[in-house]
Amino acid sequence: MLQVEGIKKSFGGFTAVNGAHLDVKQGEIVAVIGPNGAGKTTLFNLVTGILKPDGGRILFKGKEITGLSAHRICKRGMSRSFQVVNVFHRLTVFENVQIAILSRQGRTFNLFSSSKGLVVNETSDILVNVGLADKRNHLSGSLSHGDQKVLEIAIALGGNPELLILDEPTAGMSPEETGRCIDLIRQLSAQFGLTILFCEHDMELVFSITHRIMVMVRGATLIQGLPEDVRCNKEVQDAYLGESESGACST
Amino acid sequence: MVKESVLVKGIQGKAPWLVLLLFVFLLIFPLVLARFYVYLVALILVTGLLATSLNIVLGYGGIYQFHHAVFYGVGAYGAAVMITKLGVSPWLSFLAGPLLSAALSLVMGAICIRLSKLYFGMLQISLGSLVWVIVYRWYSFTGGDDGIHGVAMPALIATPRGAYYFTLLVAGICLLVMYRIVKSPFGSTLQGIRDNPIRSEAVGINVKLQQLIALVIAGFFAGVSGILFVVVDNSAFPDMLFWTLSLEILIMCLLGGWFTFLGPMLGAAIIVALRTFASTFTEYWTMIQGIILMLVIIFLPQGVLGYLIARFKRLGEAFLPGER
Repeated sequence: MLQVEGIKKSFGGFTAVNGAHLDVKQGEIVAVIGPNGAGKTTLFNLVTGILKPDGGRILFKGKEITGLSAHRICKRGMSRSFQVVNVFHRLTVFENVQIAILSRQGRTFNLFSSSKGLVVNETSDILVNVGLADKRNHLSGSLSHGDQKVLEIAIALGGNPELLILDEPTAGMSPEETGRCIDLIRQLSAQFGLTILFCEHDMELVFSITHRIMVMVRGATLIQGLPEDVRCNKEVQDAYLGESESGACST
Repeated sequence: MVKESVLVKGIQGKAPWLVLLLFVFLLIFPLVLARFYVYLVALILVTGLLATSLNIVLGYGGIYQFHHAVFYGVGAYGAAVMITKLGVSPWLSFLAGPLLSAALSLVMGAICIRLSKLYFGMLQISLGSLVWVIVYRWYSFTGGDDGIHGVAMPALIATPRGAYYFTLLVAGICLLVMYRIVKSPFGSTLQGIRDNPIRSEAVGINVKLQQLIALVIAGFFAGVSGILFVVVDNSAFPDMLFWTLSLEILIMCLLGGWFTFLGPMLGAAIIVALRTFASTFTEYWTMIQGIILMLVIIFLPQGVLGYLIARFKRLGEAFLPGER
C-alpha cells in the first residue's frame, strides 16, 4: 500500500531523513521506532505531504505521490494524527470531526446549506467508536490531553482513510488512557480493516500490536522486519532497545 | 447570585421582544425623528456592514486583512464613476460596484495569500495603498482629492428617507446572507482553518483556495457597503480607501466582539455614534474613543457583544441562534 524508497530531507545543514526505506502492506499495523531525533516525525511529514522531500520516491497504492500537497494526498485515502495535539481548539468535538468528513465529501465550498444538520450520523458513529460521544458538545480546547489525542485519531478517521498514520498516539497519556488507545488501534485494524502506520516510544505497545517494525536511526532505515527479528537484532539492541527489551531472545 | 439569576431570567423571557422592538424601531423611527438621525443610523448600517464583511475574514477566517476599506472605496467609486462619467444606470452601477470590489479582492488576494499572518497584512496594506494613490491622484477620472460629489440617484431613493430604507433593506439582506455563509460548511471550514491551518491541510482542505474565496466574498460585501454609502451621501471620496478607515473598522470588530456575528455591527454603532456626539463637545473625541477602547480591551477582551453573550447566554442565543 505504501512504499518509501530512499527518501531524503535536510533542514539547512542538518540531514533529518537520509535515505529511509519503508514498506507497508494492505491491512498491516506497522510501527516506526528509533531514538529521539531519528527523523520519525519528519518521515511522516514527508509521506503526508506536509514537507517536500529533497530526494527519493513515495508510492501510495502503486501511484507516485512524491511532492504532492497535503490536501491532495489526504484525498487519496491517507489520514494522519499529530504528535503534538493539533485540533481545532475553538470548535466543538463534534465540529472537529465534521470538518474532516465535509472535506472528504468535497463540500467545503458549499456556501448556503447549514452545516448543523450535515453528516451528523457519520460524525456520531466515529465519536462513539473512539469513545468521545458524551463529550461531543465540549470545546475541543477544553478537553484533557488524553481526550485531545483521541480526538486527533477521530479527526483522521473522518477522512475515511485506507491508510491511517499516527504520530506517537499515546504520547503524554496516562496508563489507562494508553490502554484504551491500544484497544482502539486494535479495533480499527480488526473491525474496519484499516492499514495503520505509527511511531511510538512505548515498546510494550509496539511489540504487542504490530505486524512489522521499522527501526530508524539517524534518518536512515536500520532494519524493517517482524517484531521477533527486530527484538533480537544486535544492531537494534545497540542503537536503541538495550538489553532489557531483548530478554526473550535466544542467542 | 440570586439577584443575578433573577435578572438573567427576566431578560431571557423578553429576548424575542427585544429583537422585535429593535426591528420595529429601525422601521418606523425615520417617520418620527429628525433627518439628522436618519442619516446617522444609515451611516451606522453602512459602516456596520463594512465591519461585518471584514469580520468574515478576520474573526471567522483568522486572516489579517489590514486594509479592507480599499474594497469599500472601490465599490463606491466604481458606482459613482459609472453614474457620473459613463452615464450608466444607477441600479446597474450598484451591481457593478460590488462586482468590481470582488474582482479586485480576487487579484489582491491571489497575490497576498502566498504569505500568512502579519506578512499577509503588510503586503495587503501596501497593495491597498497603491490603489488609494491611484484614486487620490487621477484627477481626470476620480476627481482626485475632491472626490465625486452630487451623484444623482433614482427618485425612489433620492430622499434621505428613501435612501435609509434602501440601505436598511440591502444591509439586512447582506447580513442574512453572510450569516448563512458563516454557518455553512464553507464557514465551518473557514473557522477550522483559522484555528489550525496545518490540521486543515491534513484533512484534505485546500487552505489557500478556501481563504481566497473568503476574501472575494468579503470584498464583495465591502463593495456593497461602498455603494450604500454613495446612496446615503451621494458622494465618494479618497478617505474611503485610506488605511486609517481600515484601522477604524478593525477597531469596531474588536470593540464589538470579533468572535460574534453581530459584534462588528455593534462596534460600528458605538464608534459612529460616539464620533458624532463627542465631536460636538470636543475636538479631542479620538481621545475619548481611545480611552473607551482601552477599557474594553482590558475589561471585556471578548468585546462588548462577546461579553453580553457570555453574561446573558440565553439572550445571546435568541439574537444569534447557535452562536457560542
